[in-house]
Amino acid sequence: MISFRNVNKKFGKLTALDNVSLDISPSKSYALIGPNGSGKTTLIKSLLGLVVPTSGEIMFAEKSILNEWKYREKIGYMPQSGHYPDNINIGQLIDMMKNIRGNVENVDEELIDAFKLYKLYNKKMHALSGGTRQKVSAALAFLFNAPVLILDEPTAGLDPISVEIFKEKIISEKHKGKLLLITSHVLNDLDELASDVIYLFEGKVQYNNSIEILKSETNEKRLGKAIATLIMQKELLNSIS
Amino acid sequence: MVRVIKYIFYDLLRTRFILLYTAFLFVSTFVMFQIDSDAAKVVLSLLNIVLMVVPLISVVFTTIHFFNSYEFIELMLAQPVNRKVIFLSEYTSVASSLCAAYLVGIGGPSLLFGAVQSVISLLFTGVILTLVFVSLAFLSSVLTRDKAKAIGIALLFWFYFSLIYDGLLLWVIYSFNDYPLEKVTLTLIAFNPVDLARIIMLLQLDISALMGYTGAFYKEFFGSSTGILFSTSILMVWVAVPLWFALRIFCRKDL
Repeated sequence: MISFRNVNKKFGKLTALDNVSLDISPSKSYALIGPNGSGKTTLIKSLLGLVVPTSGEIMFAEKSILNEWKYREKIGYMPQSGHYPDNINIGQLIDMMKNIRGNVENVDEELIDAFKLYKLYNKKMHALSGGTRQKVSAALAFLFNAPVLILDEPTAGLDPISVEIFKEKIISEKHKGKLLLITSHVLNDLDELASDVIYLFEGKVQYNNSIEILKSETNEKRLGKAIATLIMQKELLNSIS
Repeated sequence: MVRVIKYIFYDLLRTRFILLYTAFLFVSTFVMFQIDSDAAKVVLSLLNIVLMVVPLISVVFTTIHFFNSYEFIELMLAQPVNRKVIFLSEYTSVASSLCAAYLVGIGGPSLLFGAVQSVISLLFTGVILTLVFVSLAFLSSVLTRDKAKAIGIALLFWFYFSLIYDGLLLWVIYSFNDYPLEKVTLTLIAFNPVDLARIIMLLQLDISALMGYTGAFYKEFFGSSTGILFSTSILMVWVAVPLWFALRIFCRKDL
């Protein structure tokens, strides 16, 4: 459904994406992992059209996304940190997003209910805590029933109860057959949420396969351990060659 | 998009910066009217404040706002909308909130003391000047990713047009005063929006002779109404051109 074809992105001298080729197929959920500065956010941003690749092509449903915006109707995006205008309240923010999106018939307000955000509808955005703002971001990403969901560090900053509510929601969307792309440093969360792993290192895709295969290849039961072993193996290979 | 503009505008109107700006203009105008009962003189004094303060506040506020809402702009651009639409909505909301503050600040007290025609043209020039400098500030904001640098560039625009340009103009006139410079000065003035705004006001107040050489010549060359029309249309160009460049850069920019 989404494919990256030889995508390069350079910021001056820094290479953020180095010849990335990826195929992301529908109704799977991908865990996008890698150390800080490995290009995860750049990858997501280039998929959203916020960053234009230096070379290469990104296809969404067989069409190049360059200079397109219509395809984003199919994407729900939850950013790493939600910053919103200070003096408007949650109700107004949601109204504004609905207005930008246009398709207001088919909305999914489950998360708004689950996080009890309607109680805070009249609170100004600047009066909200970081965690609450995170909940707002999550609710906005799921609001429009988009078939593709991109979640950048979704559980960072949420309290344990909210994390559970949120994970349940993600899993139920996964069972509905939605395509999920999740980045996180909390590998235990990803173990439950994702079916596939994409491992990025220094702008290159080092590994792209299902979690089951990764676990059996590395003989580990937990994703965290499996990744650590994978990295060690890679390093070992690099030091030999 | 109307609702996006509405909410951002609504948000901006309640920021402390805009409230203080309104209060400052309100108090200055009020005090001026208290000191002097002659409306024309009051307008002239206000003009000097307006020509300095309006561009400064416009550039600083716009760049700060742009960088503070950077993440929110990013989120909006991740939605199915054209970048152009988001950019123009931002411009409209920022410009209209600054204009609203200006109109209330200057217009409010003037209404109390009985508005005259010159006050109306002061309001008009102030609004256009706001639009010009908001344009320039958006341009400097999209030129760089760094907030401090963007504010620096924006302030440089202000500094250049409010202070440096006049100095250069004076130097040109002084150095080449053996030559007929009328048309040259006329052209050079068109390159500075602050000067254009000043000229509109002075032609309006009918004291252009007080402005010396250029003012007198301007009046002679154009006559009042054509002069005002000419300067206004050049100011419109000053709004449109930086905005157009900013829009082009923004549409291709990596966020």
